[in-house]
Amino acid sequence: MEEFFDLELMFRLAGVVQNGLLAAAILGLVAGVLGPLIVLRRMAFAVHGTAELGFTGAAAALLLVGTGIEYGAIAGAVVAAALLGVLGGRSGERDSVIGVVLSFGLGVGVLLLWLYPGRASNKLGLFVGQIVSVDASTVVVFAVCGVLVLSVLALVYRPLLFASVDPAVAAARGVPVGALAPLFAVLVGITTALGVQVVGVLLVLALLVTPAAAASRVTSSPLLATVLSVIFAETAVLGGIMLSLVPGAPPSPFVTTISFLIYLVCRAVAYRRDRPRTGLGPPPGTLDPIASPVR
Amino acid sequence: MGEAAVEIEDAGLRFGDRTLWSGLDLDVAPGEFVAVLGPNGSGKTSLLRVLLGLQPLSSGSVRLAGEPPGRGNQKVGYVPQQRAIDESAALRGTDLVGLGLDGHRWGVGLRGMARRRRLVAGAVASVGAQSYARFPVGRLSGGEQQRLRVAQALVGEPEVLLCDEPLLSLDIAHQRAVTELIDTRRRTAGTAVLFVTHELNPILPYVDRVLYLVNGRFRIGTPDEVMNSHVLSELYSTRVEVFRVGGQIHVAGAHSALCEDLPHHADEQVP
Repeated sequence: MEEFFDLELMFRLAGVVQNGLLAAAILGLVAGVLGPLIVLRRMAFAVHGTAELGFTGAAAALLLVGTGIEYGAIAGAVVAAALLGVLGGRSGERDSVIGVVLSFGLGVGVLLLWLYPGRASNKLGLFVGQIVSVDASTVVVFAVCGVLVLSVLALVYRPLLFASVDPAVAAARGVPVGALAPLFAVLVGITTALGVQVVGVLLVLALLVTPAAAASRVTSSPLLATVLSVIFAETAVLGGIMLSLVPGAPPSPFVTTISFLIYLVCRAVAYRRDRPRTGLGPPPGTLDPIASPVR
Repeated sequence: MGEAAVEIEDAGLRFGDRTLWSGLDLDVAPGEFVAVLGPNGSGKTSLLRVLLGLQPLSSGSVRLAGEPPGRGNQKVGYVPQQRAIDESAALRGTDLVGLGLDGHRWGVGLRGMARRRRLVAGAVASVGAQSYARFPVGRLSGGEQQRLRVAQALVGEPEVLLCDEPLLSLDIAHQRAVTELIDTRRRTAGTAVLFVTHELNPILPYVDRVLYLVNGRFRIGTPDEVMNSHVLSELYSTRVEVFRVGGQIHVAGAHSALCEDLPHHADEQVP
């Protein structure tokens, strides 16, 4: 009986936050599509750094304008992405540059929040997400950003994949490897900024990295990895928000927990499949038919 | 020589006041196999970068398959050094080969999937990689990866094949297998091959001509014309002995000169 009541309440509340759910669905789609490329390019830390700078931008918007944190977050994240793209060109230097930039940005953000005289819940919202505050105009921002990111990605997808897995040969084949890196960083920045709204600055990785990391455990096909990553991201973000409604908790703990559980399941599946004798791939060298003559 | 697959005319490359090479003239005919040899820092890889359009010449000109080098020269294939691919990367052997076909093109590439699959399957079969081409690339051995690299370079039907130390870190059996794949290609399809290596012996039976670069000087000719004590001593400006043992060529005495560009050059004692 009680369970039924809860379910009913859940769906009633879902009607109240339908704008938030819509925004989350757009985020899940974009994050799921970008995820496999982020994992291939080892950009998890860059995503985290970008999110922190998105937080700085959102805090600045809150203090200076009093509203419009989505625009502030996008501006902050895009600046961060561009900065990391310019400063962190060499991969050896990238980690430290991200650390330097994100700590400074976070410090500035904390100062801005301290200066902000408004409600404390607005401040907390930046860290854990604020799905209730998403209105129709925010959904429009999400939709425009989503279409923009996916369109650009569709245009550069193949060269970007090539440059991500095989930069030397890609460059030799005429792919502008150097220009694609900052472009992709900006796409990631925009998506990260959207994530700040839904799961908050600290937990963006749960949607941009975890689903793709889980997917690439169970498949090595780039297309299938992308499809699975989108499904996992949508399950986590929509499921997490739904579960958070009845207790009235912030959605991010539920989103991240679902995301983490999916990852664990995928690891378990991969482990079972890769055990000896039922392997996904051969142990290195064993399948090479070097014994058979090659003409 | 308008029919040459690679035309290098009076080419020179300088970095600052250091001249890697200059006055380089070389025409490579279709189906010809040219080895590019020389010590570290002599500009072997830079020459490949010029031919790939990644490095502009200081002087002179080059043309590949009748076109200037540059982005998206579709008639040029490239086989790089074997280097580790992330074991967890979501990429199969067939994906790697497919990127060689259309990875440089804009868009997602959903059209023409059937044709793509057929061409990739053909390239995979031509290097005998069918049994493992659908496994994650990162889990394959170095030799298996290099075969797929050859397939990746050949799937676009190149007229010129540029190879940058493709045998490095492979065992002898795989060195032979990869070299034979490249040799077969140039014989059957007339692809010109420029093969940068520091080790001539694994490819010696297939090589038509050698381009030997040392400290801004170079010599071009058949292996017999270049790989002898007289020519190499002249190139290195020091006494170099070349021995032929069992069909292999061994160079002695050039060691100190060979290492000229390496940081651990300090030891001057010649044994």
